[in-house]
Amino acid sequence: MHDTKQLITIKGTREGITLFIDESCSFNQAMNELHDKIISSRPKNDEPIVSVKVKLGNRYLKEEQEKDLRKIFNEENRFEIHSIESDVIRKEDALKWIEESKMKLVNRIVRSGQVLEIDGDLLLIGDVNPGGKVVSTGNIFIMGHLYGIAHAGVDGDRSAFIVASYMKPTQLRIADYLSRAPDYESDGVYMECGLIDEEQDKIIIDRLQVLSHKRKEISRFERRIQNG
Amino acid sequence: MGEAIVITSGKGGVGKTTTTANIGTALALMDKKVCLIDTDIGLRNLDVVMGLENRIIYDIVDVIQGRCKLKQALIKDKRFEYLSLLPAAQTSDKTAVTTEGMKTIINELKQEYEYIIIDCPAGIEQGFQNAIAGADRAIVVTTPEKSSVRDADRIIGLLEKEEMQERPRLVINRIRNHMVKTGDMIDIDDIVQLLSIDLIGIVIDDDEVIKASNKGEPVAIHPNSKASIAYRNIARRILGETVPLQSLEDEKGVFQKVKKFFGIRS
Repeated sequence: MHDTKQLITIKGTREGITLFIDESCSFNQAMNELHDKIISSRPKNDEPIVSVKVKLGNRYLKEEQEKDLRKIFNEENRFEIHSIESDVIRKEDALKWIEESKMKLVNRIVRSGQVLEIDGDLLLIGDVNPGGKVVSTGNIFIMGHLYGIAHAGVDGDRSAFIVASYMKPTQLRIADYLSRAPDYESDGVYMECGLIDEEQDKIIIDRLQVLSHKRKEISRFERRIQNG
Repeated sequence: MGEAIVITSGKGGVGKTTTTANIGTALALMDKKVCLIDTDIGLRNLDVVMGLENRIIYDIVDVIQGRCKLKQALIKDKRFEYLSLLPAAQTSDKTAVTTEGMKTIINELKQEYEYIIIDCPAGIEQGFQNAIAGADRAIVVTTPEKSSVRDADRIIGLLEKEEMQERPRLVINRIRNHMVKTGDMIDIDDIVQLLSIDLIGIVIDDDEVIKASNKGEPVAIHPNSKASIAYRNIARRILGETVPLQSLEDEKGVFQKVKKFFGIRS
């Protein structure tokens, strides 16, 4: 060791190991030391694969750098990267998050044949008529009648949900899930929400009250900060 | 300066042509100068409903392509002096008419007539675009059927994109009395709520309408039928009068009155 200060710190936890990379040294320095560490601490062949959480502190990794990092771990197939966490994000990404987390207010009727597409959460004051469609990357709140199609979390956010004052949709879609109205004539429901139920693995429609404990981080921004 | 009103519906067969003929006739009955335009090129029948088929010499395509003057193509109605019809062409197709051509014709007619009623073809293609091009207002016709209401919704969406003086207004056509009573028909209130535009009239499904149009005379000239009164009411509402909606109930006979007296539901 040429330096007394450790650039790479490894801590073992019950879930696996957490790896701290010093935030003030250069990337190459850190990578060299990491490489040495991994070679030296090579586990024996019969040991199970170890999950690694990488913490970067105030360091931002470019795409190539992240690739390099993953490559070092992948060379030794005893490790599996669980996550790479950094305390900093790019301004560009932050602005995008804010943009996506803003509530977009739209005041109109979405009629048959019309499609309303929104980045982020949608608050629609007005009806979605049969044959009309609303699509958002976040949640959908409708103060009005939902008769048409609503698609929340279109980019794959399964925690997105759909709320409407009156719900009698032809289809509800959340991320890659889809549910449609029953074939028999049925009445709509007032003040209910549609969300994905993990246990049943499908979209369910339930009273609005369940949202408060099923979707605690109602704001998309909070969710992203916590889950990346 | 006149006003151009387009009668449209999206779906075919809901009664656009009948509505055009009857609103035009009802306005003419009130001494207004009215011109009807049939824009359903290739499938014209406003002239048949008006009973003017045998008088057609030139048509709208002839006017647009400069083969005749607008005045030459207009057909004067046989009953009213100030009611005219600009017929559609039967041999050309819808591409023969342009939106610019329509606007020119309508602007010219506005100098002479107080109301120009445009009969729109079914569908949302070029023919529809032509028909609404020069219109100041729109009336959407629907029947109490799901498919027809759905198409009306689509049409209203398209009309809202156009810059018109006011929002489209709604005519619900072919309402069947007995089905309203049994609850087998979509409720008028539900249609109005879904489409969320103002209702300008409801017309009961009346055999007289078919009888009259087969004879080539719009039902609106006969004062006694329910449909005729409905169309006259629509015309009065176009003129800005406030007319209450027609009651759907038939006149009650003595027997029914007695039953009602005893509290028996009829």
